[in-house]
Formats: sequence, structure tokens, C-alpha cells
Amino acid sequence: MKSNRREFLKLAAVSAMGIGAARLGFLGDAPAFAESVPTAANFEEGLKAKHWGMAIFTAKMTPEMNAKCRKACHTEHNVPDIAGPKEIKWFWGANFEESFPTEHGHYLSEEIEHRQFPLLCNQCETPMCVKVCPTQATFQRPDGIVMMDFHRCIGCRYCMAGCPYGARSFNFQDPRPFIKSFNPLFPTRMRGVVEKCNFCAERLAIGKLPVCVEAAEGALVFGDLSDEQSDIRKALREHFAIRRKPDAGTSPSVYYIL
Amino acid sequence: MYNAKYIIPGIIFFLALAFAPVVYNMGHKFEVTPELPKDQKDCVLPTQEMRDKHMQLLNEWRNEAVRDGNRIFVNAKGQKYVKSLTNTCMSCHTDKAKFCDRCHDTVGVAPYCWDCHNLTPDQKSPIPPVAQAASGGH
Ligand code: SF4
Ligand code: SF4
Repeated sequence: MKSNRREFLKLAAVSAMGIGAARLGFLGDAPAFAESVPTAANFEEGLKAKHWGMAIFTAKMTPEMNAKCRKACHTEHNVPDIAGPKEIKWFWGANFEESFPTEHGHYLSEEIEHRQFPLLCNQCETPMCVKVCPTQATFQRPDGIVMMDFHRCIGCRYCMAGCPYGARSFNFQDPRPFIKSFNPLFPTRMRGVVEKCNFCAERLAIGKLPVCVEAAEGALVFGDLSDEQSDIRKALREHFAIRRKPDAGTSPSVYYIL
Repeated sequence: MYNAKYIIPGIIFFLALAFAPVVYNMGHKFEVTPELPKDQKDCVLPTQEMRDKHMQLLNEWRNEAVRDGNRIFVNAKGQKYVKSLTNTCMSCHTDKAKFCDRCHDTVGVAPYCWDCHNLTPDQKSPIPPVAQAASGGH
């Protein structure tokens, strides 16, 4: 009886919409994740840039906003929720001293001292992590994104030692049991693999902005750093911004507007 | 030849041993029938090609998609597909046990794709961790 009703619903939907029944599995069981499977047409609308970058209006990034962006990112990418030293993080927050240790900011204004700065992989222009990776699992795309090919990662953790920003996490254990909010459209990782923010390469490919940028309601500006007319260049032209640990020489593509 | 009376039977014995599996299986037809999707006629490539080299295709897809950012596959008929194991292949072949596993179990290979990739695009929760041996032993 149940399957009859399901068949009927499928048929009704097919005739109503005039499309193949293949994609109508959702009529029976609603997916945990509301997003639909991207099609080849979506991938034709990919966003392109010469060099992707991010500018952060740090004053707008309240701890609540930080948490919201972190949740959006971690849900999208199936980042496991593990407390303690084995934590996996793509997007997190820290105070001024931790974020900008080379600024030596003694006698900071109270407001800056207590501000929580959002941290993520800086997608550096000359990334140390790429230089030290022995398998080229970490590589840099022509548009500046420092990507990881999880298939190739052998878990040697050189990149973690090489990254001056602690932007990478290692899966000490199978991450799957720790995934709280699950997105079936994105793979998980396995034990023994390093991971980090990928500037949402999979979303740029279907013409969408990074999910943290979407969640941040304007506090994060994403765009092409080599295009003078872009929003990000406008934001950087009009506001004073610093980058993390400039003396590490990696030239981050993430800018913090104070 | 010195010791021919030992060496020649030895060689014959060795060859017999080496070819025993071949002889044993002679006449047996090797057949596996994975369950095909009922509502789809076309795969990204013809069936025979998929049988022979889906592993090469998947390997090419992963390199092109991840490393070159080239995520659309166009087949000989000009049809376009997204290069994705879960979102494209598993959208049609929704039951891994009745499709992938039937062959893989028969021929005794355990690809570790599923250590990371999801079984279908409308799966509700991550697949639980597999035992070491079942996951390809690593
Ligand atoms: S922040 Fe670290 S992981 Fe990210 S690109 Fe720079 S060096 Fe590599
Ligand atoms: S750019 Fe994407 S992957 Fe990186 S922190 Fe933001 S949401 Fe996460």
C-alpha cells in the first residue's frame, strides 16, 4: 500500500513537471540536507577570478556571527565536531594576540583586545604548505585557491608544520561518528588525512559564494583581488586592513579590516 | 642433462600447480549481474565500456575535477554530466550493495572510495566506519 502511494505520487509529479522520475527520490524520503543536487548546467555558471581573496570587517564579526559562519562552513563540508586537542577546524575564532602575534599590540584598546577575529586558511599567495607537501596533495590553483586533493594526502603532516597559521587539522580518528550536521552532497574525510578551508571551491564552481560569506551578512567580502573594480578592492581601498603574520612571508589573501 | 629424472617431473609438477586454477575454472562462465537502475536507460558511457574501465574513468574524473577544476563530462553523444561519484553515479545506482558490491565482492576487490564518499546524494547520516579489512586494509 505504502509503495503504491509512493508510485502514484511519483507518477503524478512526473506528469505535472514533465521531467524524468530519476531525480524524484526525494518524494519518498526527504533528504537531511535541503540543497538539491547540482546539475551540469549549474557548473557552467561557475565564478571565475584571477586571484580570490577575502576581506573581513572584523568589527561586525561578533562572537555570535563567528559561530554562525563556523556552523555554516562546518555543515557544508561535513567537518566533524570533536572537542579538545583533536579538534578539526576550517573556520574558528581567536583574540587579537593569538591572531596577530607579530603586531605586539601592547596597551590595546579595550574593544580590539576583546574582539574575536575569525580565522580560516589564508589561501596564501606563496603558501608554505604547498612547498613542503611531498605528494602535491596540497597545491595552488591558478586562481590562488590553495586546494587539497584528499585522495593524495598521505597524512605526513608536513603541511601542518609548514603552515604558520595553524590553519590545518589532522584526522586522528575516523571523523564520521562526530559529524553532527551532515551534507550528503559533500564527501567526508577518513582517518589519517589533513583538512582545511578550501575557499568553497565546490560552491564557486556552481556560481555561489562561500557559505561563510553568505552567512556573514556583509561582514565578509569575497572577490577578485586582481580586479580593481571588485567589492573586495573597494573595501580595501576605503579601510585600513592588516594581514596575519606578514613576516612569515606567505602573503595571505585574507585581509582583516580593523 | 644431469638429474633430468628429477628436474623434468619437477617442472611438470610446478606447471600443473601453477595452472590448476585455470584448469579448475575452465568451462565455468564468469557472470555477475549487478542490479541496474530501472528508470534510466543511458549511463555516461556504454555498458561495456563502463564494465571495463569505470575505475579509469573515476580516476580521470577525480583528477580533472579536483586538480583542474574541470567538472563537466561530455560523452560521445554530447550529453553532459557532473563529474561526481556520489552526486552523479550514485544518484542512479542508489543501492551500492546491489550494484558496486556484487562485482567487487565476487572478484575480491575492496575499493576505499566509501571511506570518504557518500552512498547517495540523499543519504541521511554518514555511513558508519567500516572495519579495517573491509575498507581495503588501510
Ligand atoms: S594559511 Fe596555511 S594552510 Fe592556508 S595557504 Fe597559508 S600556509 Fe597553506
Ligand atoms: S571559505 Fe568556505 S571553506 Fe573556507 S571557511 Fe568559508 S565556508 Fe569554510
